[in-house]
Amino acid sequence: MSATTTIAPTVAAPPVGGLRKLVRDTHLVMTRELRPVLRDPFSVIFGMIQPLVFLALFGPLLVGSLGGQAQNTVGESVWQWFVPSILVMTALFGTTTVGANLLFEFQTGAHERMLVTPLSRPSLLIGRALKEMAPLAAQAVIIVAVMIPFGFTLYPIGALVGFALLAVFGVGVGSLSYSLAIAVRKQEWMFWAVQQTVIFPLMILSGMLLPLETGPGWMQVAAKFNPLTYLVNAERALFAGDVGSTAAAWGWVAALGTVAVGLVVGIRSMRRSAG
Amino acid sequence: MIRTRDLTKDFVVNRSKTVQAVRGISLDVEDGELIAVLGPNGAGKTTTMRMLTTLIEPTSGSATVAGHDVVTESARVRSLIGYVGQGNGAGHMQRAVDELYSQGLIYGLDRRAARRRAGELIEALDLTALATRKVSSLSGGQRRRLDVAMGLVHNPSLLFLDEPSTGLDPHNRANLWDHILQMRQHAAVPMTIMLTTHYLDEADSMAGRVVVVDNGQVIADDTAEALKADLAGDRVEVGLDGPARVADLAALIARLPGGRDVVIDGATVTGRVADGPRALPELVRAADRADLVVTSAQVFRPTLDDVFLSLTGRSLREAENGRSTDETRSPAA
Repeated sequence: MSATTTIAPTVAAPPVGGLRKLVRDTHLVMTRELRPVLRDPFSVIFGMIQPLVFLALFGPLLVGSLGGQAQNTVGESVWQWFVPSILVMTALFGTTTVGANLLFEFQTGAHERMLVTPLSRPSLLIGRALKEMAPLAAQAVIIVAVMIPFGFTLYPIGALVGFALLAVFGVGVGSLSYSLAIAVRKQEWMFWAVQQTVIFPLMILSGMLLPLETGPGWMQVAAKFNPLTYLVNAERALFAGDVGSTAAAWGWVAALGTVAVGLVVGIRSMRRSAG
Repeated sequence: MIRTRDLTKDFVVNRSKTVQAVRGISLDVEDGELIAVLGPNGAGKTTTMRMLTTLIEPTSGSATVAGHDVVTESARVRSLIGYVGQGNGAGHMQRAVDELYSQGLIYGLDRRAARRRAGELIEALDLTALATRKVSSLSGGQRRRLDVAMGLVHNPSLLFLDEPSTGLDPHNRANLWDHILQMRQHAAVPMTIMLTTHYLDEADSMAGRVVVVDNGQVIADDTAEALKADLAGDRVEVGLDGPARVADLAALIARLPGGRDVVIDGATVTGRVADGPRALPELVRAADRADLVVTSAQVFRPTLDDVFLSLTGRSLREAENGRSTDETRSPAA
């Protein structure tokens, strides 16, 4: 080993207070989180294949199961109806599970180390949640690119706004997933139990995979109380080019509501995560 | 560097049960000290360290670390101290060098300085060949060296090590300490180190000062040498050619400076004395004058386990086994 390294005292910049520090810290946490993803792109590519498999296998069955009614419920092209669903589903699977990464860092001690650094507590949450947008954007681009040859019509402005809406929603859901991880950190199995129990009713009651118009009345009522319903409807409107539609506006309400609740709950949890 | 007054921490287990993990610790640590907090699992050493590193808030009492209060100025404290916890500070999915680089940025270095600092530490802690490896693929000893490097990124003047060598084999433990002491020597400002350990030899050989903690309280605080001399003392063991006159020998031992705890076992007598190496020749000469035939004689130097035994009436190992349920380490750690 080299004993010759003389180490000058590193005078670290005194922590700048307020928003500037929060932005800087958030950026640091986000880039740290992204680094393993960039170093190992194969894991991302694998994540991209799953939604495509779902499209290829579930899509045809959807048309078949609706029989002659497909025109009335899903519209003229099943892909126009189903591609936004798959995007939302991918975002939902991707962001509800991120808490597991934090649980892993609880286990190994990496999270504890970060809690003893000058990083602000909220940045540990916001940086992680924002990081989830990167794989999400990549997945969305691939899904759309693959589906265009199969008759999916792309409305670029609507699609971009759709991505943005999805990203906002994803940050909110990601924050809630991290909060769940922090809440159950002493009984880790609870994380998956809760995640699985919550995600499927939410998905089915949003009309994401199968149209609710053919379902019983109580399901349609329940769907009205599910924020995901508004998001799915908004994405369908946006991917059809209706940027200014009422459905899109309600989607923004749902997404902004989710992100507000997610961040408030998440930051509170992060502040208490050392105990 | 560290000053605590009547520091306590209660953990509420459930409505009817509260564990008092730390029951009033007052401690002063000067700049440049290397202090070991020794005690069985559940004694409160990790809880104390978690309070000093701002991870948890004290239930009562006060603590000032590096000149700042751990509760009201926790952010200042965090920017000044280095911390190596019981787990691995470096994320398992990350590459070793990336984590060092991130850590540098976190402490306010610019990119170039962070890259240079990561390079320095990688070289200083013998991690060159492992720099671009994923942390999860490193061995326990290698990961621990990386953890120490992470704790030193900003050249802290105070470093906390929470059971730094637990789980390492003796070779890796010695190697880790070589590196820690080397880094301490090369620091521009004398680095204060506080470590917790339940390895007696580690506290004995590394630390200039040993604080023995049991049941949430400090029960002894001095250099290892002084603790051993004052609280345990040397032990002499002398054998005669037969049991006939062992009582005479026992009387001689009891008359030596600091002679006590004399025990007769067959033809052999043992006893505690203040200074074994000096007492033994004197004892043999006295036995000679009394016509006692000494056939064997030896001195046992005390260990910190003897210190713990004389303080608490139980050995450190017994204490470890008896108190596993009162483990104060947070499950999140």
